[in-house]
Amino acid sequence: MYSFEFEKPSTIAEAVAALGAEEAQALGGGQTLIPTLKQRLAAPAKLVSLSGIAELKGVCVEDDGALAIGGGTTHATVAREAADKYPALADLASHIGDPAVRNRGTIGGSLANNDPSACYPAAVLASGATIRTNSRDIAADDFFQGMFTTALADGEIITSVRFPVPQAANYQKFLQPASRFALVGVFVARFADGVRVAVTGASEDGVFRWTEAEQALSADFRPDAVKDLKVDPSGMIGDLHGSKEYRAHLVGVMTRRAVAAAG
Amino acid sequence: MPKDSGIGASSKRREDVRFLTGAGNYTDDINIHGQAYVYFLRSDIAHGRINSIDTADAEAMPGVVRVFTGADFEGVGGMPCGWQVTDRHGQPMQEPPHPILAQGKVRHVGDPIAAVVADSLEQARDAAEAIAFDIEELPAVVDMREAAKGGATKVHDDLTSNICYDWVLGETDDAKVDEVFQNAAHVTTLELTNNRLVANPMEPRVCVAEYSRGTDEYTLYTTSQNPHVIRLLMCAFVLGLPEHKVRVVAPDVGGGFGTKIFHYAEEAFCTFAAKACNRPVKWTASRSEAFMSDAQGRDHVTKIELALDSDNNFVGLRTDTLANMGAYLSTFSSSVPTWLHGTLMAGNYKTPVIQVNVKAIFTNTVPVDAYRGAGRPEATFQLERVIDKAARELGVDPIKLRRQNFITEFPYDTPVALTYDTGDYNGTMDKLEAAADIAGFPARRAESEARGKLRGLGVNCYIEACGIAPSNIVGMLGARAGLYDAATVRVNATGTISVMVGAHSHGQGHETAFPQVVAEMIGIDESMVEIVHGDTSKIPFGMGTYGSRSLAVCGSAMVRATEKIINKAKKIAAHLLEASEADIELKDGQFTVAGTDKSVAWGDVTLTAYVPHNFPLEDIEPGLEETAFYDPANFTFPAGAYACEVEVDPETGKVTIERFTAADDFGNIVNPMIVDGQVHGGIGQGIGQALLENCVYDENGQLLSASYMDYAMPRADDVPFYTVDHSSQTPCTHNPLGVKGCGEAGAIGSPPAVVNAVIDALQSGGKTVDHIDMPVSPSRVWAAMNG
Repeated sequence: MYSFEFEKPSTIAEAVAALGAEEAQALGGGQTLIPTLKQRLAAPAKLVSLSGIAELKGVCVEDDGALAIGGGTTHATVAREAADKYPALADLASHIGDPAVRNRGTIGGSLANNDPSACYPAAVLASGATIRTNSRDIAADDFFQGMFTTALADGEIITSVRFPVPQAANYQKFLQPASRFALVGVFVARFADGVRVAVTGASEDGVFRWTEAEQALSADFRPDAVKDLKVDPSGMIGDLHGSKEYRAHLVGVMTRRAVAAAG
Repeated sequence: MPKDSGIGASSKRREDVRFLTGAGNYTDDINIHGQAYVYFLRSDIAHGRINSIDTADAEAMPGVVRVFTGADFEGVGGMPCGWQVTDRHGQPMQEPPHPILAQGKVRHVGDPIAAVVADSLEQARDAAEAIAFDIEELPAVVDMREAAKGGATKVHDDLTSNICYDWVLGETDDAKVDEVFQNAAHVTTLELTNNRLVANPMEPRVCVAEYSRGTDEYTLYTTSQNPHVIRLLMCAFVLGLPEHKVRVVAPDVGGGFGTKIFHYAEEAFCTFAAKACNRPVKWTASRSEAFMSDAQGRDHVTKIELALDSDNNFVGLRTDTLANMGAYLSTFSSSVPTWLHGTLMAGNYKTPVIQVNVKAIFTNTVPVDAYRGAGRPEATFQLERVIDKAARELGVDPIKLRRQNFITEFPYDTPVALTYDTGDYNGTMDKLEAAADIAGFPARRAESEARGKLRGLGVNCYIEACGIAPSNIVGMLGARAGLYDAATVRVNATGTISVMVGAHSHGQGHETAFPQVVAEMIGIDESMVEIVHGDTSKIPFGMGTYGSRSLAVCGSAMVRATEKIINKAKKIAAHLLEASEADIELKDGQFTVAGTDKSVAWGDVTLTAYVPHNFPLEDIEPGLEETAFYDPANFTFPAGAYACEVEVDPETGKVTIERFTAADDFGNIVNPMIVDGQVHGGIGQGIGQALLENCVYDENGQLLSASYMDYAMPRADDVPFYTVDHSSQTPCTHNPLGVKGCGEAGAIGSPPAVVNAVIDALQSGGKTVDHIDMPVSPSRVWAAMNG
């Protein structure tokens, strides 16, 4: 990696100030950024570690029953502490990467990176979560803006994510055989006012909502309700591990399995 | 009763204590005072003409010792190929130069353009970014079929084409082969690809080199399976150094799988640079470099045809293979698709007429060479896949069809140049059918189907040729090396023994298994025997470890040297016991005069050898140390039968291996636990090839599977618990231990079993799928089912 300045503030305010510097870059758990730096594919002048900020960490239930997770909370913590509050989300967190990744990687880091094959974006979008930053609240529907692109401004920090807890939910991930990221991952969440379905891994535009499936499942929350729906392969990712057509097909399979598992 | 020590005992691997407690000494653990670091600037394009390289700015960077380019190696030899193949017209293969650093052109992504030596790795890397070069990109030659055509862009301008050689083995008269096929009752044809693999040993390649100005001596520490071979090739062919001034050490090595057999440019570079810079130098490959500079494996495209008569007897076999050499000839690359592949096409079957055609092709990709099995997996895969297809076309049981065509009488001369000394293929198949519970398969299939899954059973056989030999024959076939091995048994005064062996252990467990043999022969405890390997300054000139040869070849040398020791020790014992040498018996570490209670202990004899106060000095010399070189009379021929059961998820195409059973005939076995481990590892790699691994270049020669994000290695949950049965044992007839070798069997025998099982599963689901190329990934299975 190239040389850089390093700061490890202990408050959000200090972190925001540090990120105001020229070519400064926030560092969450480093599970994407550190390998990128080691390959010399990024050259920030300054790294601002968020891992020393206590107020970014933790899982709690808010007054209205929503689950709030600090942006600096690791996947392992979510897997453990959200298990009885939002089991589908905890299960998703428990299957990200391997133990080393889960004990370093953070929800804020994952969302800010918005890898098109990451798991968390599917949960956030399907849950209709709100991303809270140091300066504003952003609805999930507005947050994800395509592969590796989000609504975050330079220097903006995800302080927490607020998840409305659905009546039933499930995440089904079909693994890309090499990376074990999602080749296709589908998160289905059933709320009193309808069902939301979010798909990761499949689209060239990153995570997306499968609205036809949402409508069908809102009317009839059974796997059969979506068995005749087809996803258009155009716009899907086609690569070594699966064609556009295969990914489009898997979206349907994983959706049906998620509905069946959500019960 | 299983033995608890000696030959046949599952002695625990003594080397694992240091490996598992972090006490191993790997090449990257070696650091020499004052060492500088090497960084190779590697080509990021597959094919280009070097117009200029300007290193001035880089030389001026902080910490830089020196920057090297191809021009620094004008007077130095290139990387040699160790096997000259003669083509079907009697002409030698085309053998292009392979410079240490690129000269004139770059020919694959990863080809080194320049090397920076600096005080730190980061400084070397910084300086490499300051090297200015003008490389004009040329069209890349990637697809072998295109590369073989006349008028294709040439990888090497000075060669006549991209065809390294066009080779034939077996029946060379095309008309005779045509006649067999015309008269056949049935012909089964299959076109398939044997996917390119990256070996991926856990430890990447590393070199540390130092030069002593005072003594003009070099030491190279390197991650090698055969330090003497490296020393010979580097001294004699590349750098022109006297061997006695060069020491090559391969300390603990974290896996080789073939890719650490070869002499690499980085080894020669570091040795050269240590003198040129008058500094010790160190290079440690990153994983990314391993992907683009370690010799890769397999990569054959084959059409195979099997002819059968009306009774389903195999009457003819014809194959046409394109074998990818990559951009340069790696050390043993040329031998893999020929003498290690064509010679195995008879398999376990008495097919009377066989013709094997192989064209080796240069492409703008990383060089291809031996990888666990080396040619034999490619042969086995084609043959066992086409037999399975034939059985399906004919509507006969695939096991029955195989049994009907088995070779049953030995020795057997195949039509493709080998003589199998021994085997019992029906006996081994019997073991497999029992161990795999083939009879219970229909019930298991029904249970899978009740869960909505397709279940398939795949069975196949394999034969392997290990311990390539004898040297005079392989010399006639083009080998530029001997294939004997050597061992020195040094008995110490107190009776402990150091055995210096030419074989190298990088996972095989030699440090445990070899002492079991010596301890058994003498009747002493295994802990009294230690193996020394991997250092040319300590061991006799042996040829190293590959091709499952260590025990069969080097172990035989060790037995011969131990026999010499015992013979001499008996002379000493006879003197001490005042008896005739002919009456001395050695048992349980005691020399006894036959028929009496007079005896002397091993330790008394060994002490006498080195404190020869009461010693027959007029007859024999003091001391107790013997060396033997062993050149085998023939290959050994391990063989086996494997069964794989898979479940296929019809919705996603995902294949899950539910059961895997291996019945192998390795002849006699020294350590059953280590043999089990070798087979487990081999099957794991075979399943990796069959289901997951694939090295892929795009049409521009860019490596798409350049990291673990895209190159799928098998993980623990990708493989089942294995059932292995080694009770079928026909000992090798020509080596003293009767051993055959077990290191590659799993990787050879398992890929066809997996693919046969997947095809069986799909057929059971009503899909008329004849073949899916490896890796049989979910997307490929789904595409085949929906094609």
